[in-house]
Amino acid sequence: MRLERRETVPLTLVATAPLAAVVAALVLAAGLIAAAGVNPLAAYGEMLRGAFGSRLSLTEMLTRATPLILTGLAAAVAFRARLWNIGGEGQFFMGALATAWIGHSLALPGLLGMAVLMICGMAAGALLLAGPAFLRLRFGVDEVVTTLLLNFIVILFVGLMIEGPLRDPLAFGWPQSVPVDSAYRLADLVPRTRLHMGLLVALAAAGVVWLVLTRTVFGVETRAAGLNARAAAFAGISLPRTIMGVALLSGALAGLAGAIEVMGVTGGVTTTMSPGFGYAGIVVAMLAALHPAGVVAAAVFVATVFVGADAMSRATGVPSFIADVIVALSLLTMLVALLFTTYRVRR
Amino acid sequence: MIEALDLLMSESLWAAVLRIATPLIFGVLGALLCERSGVLNLGIEGIMTMGAMTGWLTVYLGGDLWMGLVIAALAGALMGLLHAGLTVPLGLSQHVSGLGITLFASALAYYLYRLIVEVGETPPTIEPFRPYAVPVLSDIPVLGPVLFTQTAPTYLALVTVAVLAYVLARTPLGLAIRMTGENPHAVEAQGLNPNALRVGAVVAGSALMGLGGAFLTTAAFNSFFPEMVQGRGWICIALVVFASWQPGKALVGALLFAFFDAYQLRLQTVVEGVPYQLFLMAPYVLSIVALILVARRAEVPEALMAPYRRGER
Amino acid sequence: MTPVLELSHITKRFGPLVANEDVSLRLGQGEILALLGENGAGKTTLMNILFGHYEADEGEVRVFGETLPAGKPRAAIAAGVGMVHQHFTLAGNLSVLDNVMLGSERLSRIGSDRRAARKKLMAISERFGLPVDPDARVSKLSVGERQRVEILKALYRDARVLILDEPTAVLARPEAERLFETLRGMTQDGLSLIFISHKLHEVMAASDRVAVLRGGRMVAERATSETSSSELAELMVGRKVQRPVRQDHAIGAPVLQAERITIVEEGETRLEDISFTVNEGEILGIVGVSGNGQGALGALLSGLMAPTSGALRLNGADVGQLGPRGLIAAGAARVPEDRHAEGAVGEMTVWENAILERLRSAAFSRFGFVRRAEAKAHARELIQRFDVRGAGPDTRIRLLSGGNMQKLILGRCLATGPRFLLANQPTRGLDEGAIAAVHEELLAARAEGAAILLISEELEEAVQLSDRIQAIVKGRLSEPVAAGEADARRLGLMMAGVWDTQDAA
Repeated sequence: MRLERRETVPLTLVATAPLAAVVAALVLAAGLIAAAGVNPLAAYGEMLRGAFGSRLSLTEMLTRATPLILTGLAAAVAFRARLWNIGGEGQFFMGALATAWIGHSLALPGLLGMAVLMICGMAAGALLLAGPAFLRLRFGVDEVVTTLLLNFIVILFVGLMIEGPLRDPLAFGWPQSVPVDSAYRLADLVPRTRLHMGLLVALAAAGVVWLVLTRTVFGVETRAAGLNARAAAFAGISLPRTIMGVALLSGALAGLAGAIEVMGVTGGVTTTMSPGFGYAGIVVAMLAALHPAGVVAAAVFVATVFVGADAMSRATGVPSFIADVIVALSLLTMLVALLFTTYRVRR
Repeated sequence: MIEALDLLMSESLWAAVLRIATPLIFGVLGALLCERSGVLNLGIEGIMTMGAMTGWLTVYLGGDLWMGLVIAALAGALMGLLHAGLTVPLGLSQHVSGLGITLFASALAYYLYRLIVEVGETPPTIEPFRPYAVPVLSDIPVLGPVLFTQTAPTYLALVTVAVLAYVLARTPLGLAIRMTGENPHAVEAQGLNPNALRVGAVVAGSALMGLGGAFLTTAAFNSFFPEMVQGRGWICIALVVFASWQPGKALVGALLFAFFDAYQLRLQTVVEGVPYQLFLMAPYVLSIVALILVARRAEVPEALMAPYRRGER
Repeated sequence: MTPVLELSHITKRFGPLVANEDVSLRLGQGEILALLGENGAGKTTLMNILFGHYEADEGEVRVFGETLPAGKPRAAIAAGVGMVHQHFTLAGNLSVLDNVMLGSERLSRIGSDRRAARKKLMAISERFGLPVDPDARVSKLSVGERQRVEILKALYRDARVLILDEPTAVLARPEAERLFETLRGMTQDGLSLIFISHKLHEVMAASDRVAVLRGGRMVAERATSETSSSELAELMVGRKVQRPVRQDHAIGAPVLQAERITIVEEGETRLEDISFTVNEGEILGIVGVSGNGQGALGALLSGLMAPTSGALRLNGADVGQLGPRGLIAAGAARVPEDRHAEGAVGEMTVWENAILERLRSAAFSRFGFVRRAEAKAHARELIQRFDVRGAGPDTRIRLLSGGNMQKLILGRCLATGPRFLLANQPTRGLDEGAIAAVHEELLAARAEGAAILLISEELEEAVQLSDRIQAIVKGRLSEPVAAGEADARRLGLMMAGVWDTQDAA
């Protein structure tokens, strides 16, 4: 048996690959749910109800999906250019921290202030990834390890800031940063839920990223650099500039996720405000086959699993870590599914 | 300042260095073995978590400590087999697969832990490995308490360094593994199967990573809790580069690193007015600095991360 | 005479492509057999089946009468078959001894017997006249020395039948002649050899017998003494393909001038004090054995490397530091050495590849957005004008055949009417028909007044196309000779680096 490269990839295959991957992941995880003595179908039923069953659960799911769309875009943009940004988590926190810090004492009219804060969050995330990108270009240091290690450094830095200079005096010793001014809190999208206007910002970001990647000179250049760096260089595309551009865009998207989470949900920063948005963003990007439109769908899937698993855990007693298992499994199954879109098995 | 220097003279600091280094030694040797065969294993962080959980759980459920280590190594090997299966015959992205293994192995470890163990206010504990004073040798002043009053897994780690160094440098198998990491076509051309060698190396390397994780729960601490690996796996990946893919240098790197870690822990108690987070950041910052220092000089195995498919160039 | 090696009725398919069809072949004891064929005729595939890298779909391989199990290089080695690959299968970071020893000892052995291995290697090295330093790192060896290590590897495993895939591709003429002498000596020691080649002169000079492959089929077998170059040429190509002939015309003013250029990269001198001039309407051929600085010269003229000292002038302006895009804007066009690695992004469409070099020019982008309609129209025009078959603007370029991809790349270069064209190995790996088409385009560009620098490892091609020829050896350039004065002997000597004596004589 051998793998043989497909001449063309039928569109139906591209569309079914993520579905097949998700189904495979759910089937595999079913064994673990059964091991907990719970009927997997019933458990998945609870999960769906937990994410879609009511107005509240649906909005909770979408609230969770909002930052995932952005961290997913961040990973997708970077991976397309073969820039292994695994630091989405750190960039998310830097974006959040910058937003809370500046948003606490900013004195600008509401909408303008919000825009400024988002830009600050983006800048913070972008700067954080610019470091590893620079180290790769200047010294040849692999960015996987540096971005991963920066996640740990950033979390400690956030802890330092919210216990020190940015401590919220009104939080009664609870380690939390000062909140953004209420003038800059994003309005509710659905009244009396946590779902906020940030979702629209995330969707708009997906649209903009799609436009940039497919229609602009920068997009074509990044794609060329990611697919065949030597040919791109031969055609006169500057690889350092491309990599740096991609790093800034990717970091900015993850930073924006942090900014929006602060402005829309938490108000201030805590070290526990992210249930791994950055890492989950990698799964989202892969499930989307690095396509911006797919990112939105994949983010909804991952948010469904996380929000639904909480509800399912409460109802059935299955540990809620099953959500992380399903998400991780779907990354691995997606990887295999992608293989079969580009190769076929021959005897 | 004087106190900071005094710390350097304490036996407990130097004994702690070896203790802190042990999981790193296992981890870095494991990662090194994988990479020498041409496979980057970013699953290390999750594999160490898996090893920590399974090793602990075995003892918690009534197995003895050595059984715990064996089970942890097996669990690590199993995860390694998954990574190898995806990246070697299927040739999938080693980056993405590795990260997937890390996410999967950690999630699975937490899930199984919650499923099997009743967790109350504080996590349940086991009776861990005790330091073993090697007869005679442990009576040597200074060296005795530092080198020869360690737990059994620490001795095992040191022996593993020597064994791996010998195997890689002096046996036909070691040569074949090194060659696979340099040029798998050469291995195939000499009638050996490069992909089988890679799978074997990744499985064995992952077993070592599992041992590194198990040390945390069966010797360094006595319980398992989420996030306990704390990026040690990533640090090991950095140390492999720092060590230029040599087991001996890997030992030196792990010890150096552990020294700074042990020292910063103790410095926290004597230096006042500096937030503790800055001390905790030190190991991660140090890893990045180490990478920058060696990056240009590193002799990377030439075929690292290049999947091998027969008949494809 | 009983054959030492016998291939019978071998058929091998890769998907829809038939690489070998019903090929049978015998090799006698002590014989040197040449396997002759064009690029893509299926020679390498056949030898890879014999050695066990590939499994044949039909047919079998017998060595000394025993049938070899399919797809097992280990079995082939054990049966006494050794293969010297065209792309060396060596690890640069390891020593010669390591490379030779690999696979010779059981993997379960506790320790390697390096002393015995060293002794055996030295004995073989002496017996066959192949000197080597067992402790040298392979990456420090010259190409010729590496090939020696490849041969030693096979002999170390006690090969009785040796297969050499294009063994002279990386050797200068005198080195190649020495290699064949060594090989001839080996047959006296009882070895039997097959060498793969597409060069007629060496087949005629070095083999006892010739087998000709064309389109995956065995089309003829001849005793070398009973055939001729011209018969073999016709058998190999199968049809009469007329390569276009260069017409004499007036040469114009200098367009591109290299003035004493030296390039040092990471402490290594890649080009040393080279000077040349390419004039309007002229083709300057640069010949040389692979790995003598063609890479650096190509990179320099592509804008990927800048001179460390000296100047590169295009129409009088210094263009050495401009980079690819600046060079293109100044009127240069480039055909890269390796079209898959450098010339095209395989997963991107034809139209994207067609404009990749000029993405930022006003013709194809506005306000940072790609002008897709214009780009596709341009691609369509190239496809039509340069007769690119089997593709539309939206086809991914990797689906094109080598020849068609090259025509598109050439078209991309010529569409702008360049003042200077770099053609770096423009016909490598192409079949005769495609070669003729590429030559046609190059000569047409010359007739329109383009200054063309052709880098080629194929002497025949260089002589056919060039007005003047210079040889590149170890990063240095010889003085130019006019095409009329360049015979095979003189060029062969130039490529071996003996032009100083030539001047003195």
